[in-house]
Amino acid sequence: MAYSEKVIDHYSNPKNVGTLDKAKTNVGTGLVGAPECGDVMRLQIEVDEQTGVISDAKFKTFGCGSAIASSSLATEWLKGKTVDQALSIDNMDIVEELNLPPVKIHCSVLAEDAIKAAINDYRVKNGLPELEAEKKAH
Amino acid sequence: MELKLPIYLDNNATTPMDPRVLEAMIPYFTEKFGNAASRNHSFGWVAEEAVDYAREQVARLIGANEKEIIFTSGATEADNLAIKGVFEMYASKGNHIITCTTEHKAVLDTCKHVEKLGGQVTYLNVQPDGLIDLAELEAAITDKTILISIMYGNNEIGVVQPIREISKIARRHGVLFFTDATQAVGKIPVDVQADGIDLMAFSGHKMYGPKGVGALYVRRKNPRVKVTAQMDGGGHERGMRSGTLNVPGIVGLGKACELCMNEMAEEADRLSKMRDKLEKALMQIEESYVNGNTEHRLPHTCNISFKYVEGEGLMMGFNKNIALSSGSACTSASLEPSYVLKALGLGDDLAHSSLRFGLGRFTTEDQIDYTINAVTSTVNKLREMSPLWEMFKEGVDLNAIEWAHH
Repeated sequence: MAYSEKVIDHYSNPKNVGTLDKAKTNVGTGLVGAPECGDVMRLQIEVDEQTGVISDAKFKTFGCGSAIASSSLATEWLKGKTVDQALSIDNMDIVEELNLPPVKIHCSVLAEDAIKAAINDYRVKNGLPELEAEKKAH
Repeated sequence: MELKLPIYLDNNATTPMDPRVLEAMIPYFTEKFGNAASRNHSFGWVAEEAVDYAREQVARLIGANEKEIIFTSGATEADNLAIKGVFEMYASKGNHIITCTTEHKAVLDTCKHVEKLGGQVTYLNVQPDGLIDLAELEAAITDKTILISIMYGNNEIGVVQPIREISKIARRHGVLFFTDATQAVGKIPVDVQADGIDLMAFSGHKMYGPKGVGALYVRRKNPRVKVTAQMDGGGHERGMRSGTLNVPGIVGLGKACELCMNEMAEEADRLSKMRDKLEKALMQIEESYVNGNTEHRLPHTCNISFKYVEGEGLMMGFNKNIALSSGSACTSASLEPSYVLKALGLGDDLAHSSLRFGLGRFTTEDQIDYTINAVTSTVNKLREMSPLWEMFKEGVDLNAIEWAHH
């Protein structure tokens, strides 16, 4: 199976690899997937408390090239969005942008789950109610 | 010598054909095109003569008599013919077959088929090093057992089973012994007499011969073994495998066997030295593990897990220049990693993190050096972006985490 050029580019030059301080109240961390399944994504957002805008996003991913590319792309899309806007990122947008084949759609689902998990973590830390279940996980 | 890219290290999947094999085959596509079964003219005689010669070349490599070689379309067909053919032929004697969990799918799925036909199959587990437990094998034999089917060398980890001990047990109990020797024939000395093998499958394209041709060895003496044909037709190959003989393919298989016979010792020595160099260098990487027994192993194979990086992601780092195979199955819908590695007791995480290196006749030392560098730097790069590696380095117990399973 050949990878799309965009997947190769994100894999070769991943954007926003790293770690934010998860102890900070304005940092939300989402850890999704499982080593047994061959994919684990950790996605973090740092929110500007004045504006509600995501000022920074970082990821680390254990997984195939498509999983790495999906999380790298997700961090790029998150930066500059408000937390509410970020909730509207759909896995199919990632599929389309990266030209993921059907067998790799789960990578995009995982990235969406990671976004939602990070936002949830941020919400809970800041006294907001958790997202309802259907938005939280697939 | 200049480094030749891309590097092919997937010789357990298939080997390139040796140019000397191709040269031997070419006339049999064009001017020597006869049907080996045409008895009444010279075109047929020429073809038959070529097939007879190839049969001798094949038989010589494995210590057999040429009458004991049944040409097939490959090892999968030979596996099917051996297992289904024995199951049918010896139905009056019993219906029980013993095999093991790390066999190739061509054996496992054939056994599954036999179960549907009313057969009983015992799937022996392997030990953590990939070898079967001989006591367990012997204990599994019943008065209904007709066949033991244990592979010679494993395609994923290269582990070589104790063939002579297995055949002794089979003999002692009057049970036939079949071995899928696809990865072993032509790579290590295989002798059906000394090894006590009753039936043996192998194929051309794993030993620098053509695809689409293989053989089943069927013992003719002590005991005389028979299999029921699985295809009806003209009664070729002593009635065991009908179908016009693939003369160019058979000529190619014969030549490939002859070359292996002449060059095996030198080649195995050269490949095992390069394999050991590769393995030693890659084991310098922290948290890397060799899968399977390293003492009883094919000379050209090694399988290594690099913990905390995923195999397919790892391959992507160099697959433009290096072709190899991973035990991870992120491309398949099931997401199930290698069943062979899991049979060794590896956790899914380690099975997902494995690479299989299969060296071959045309592998060079500088290709191995290139591979060592490329794999090492990619493992390091991916660990820098692996959350699991970060957690491991922080001393987090990954087993204590409640992972959200998809």
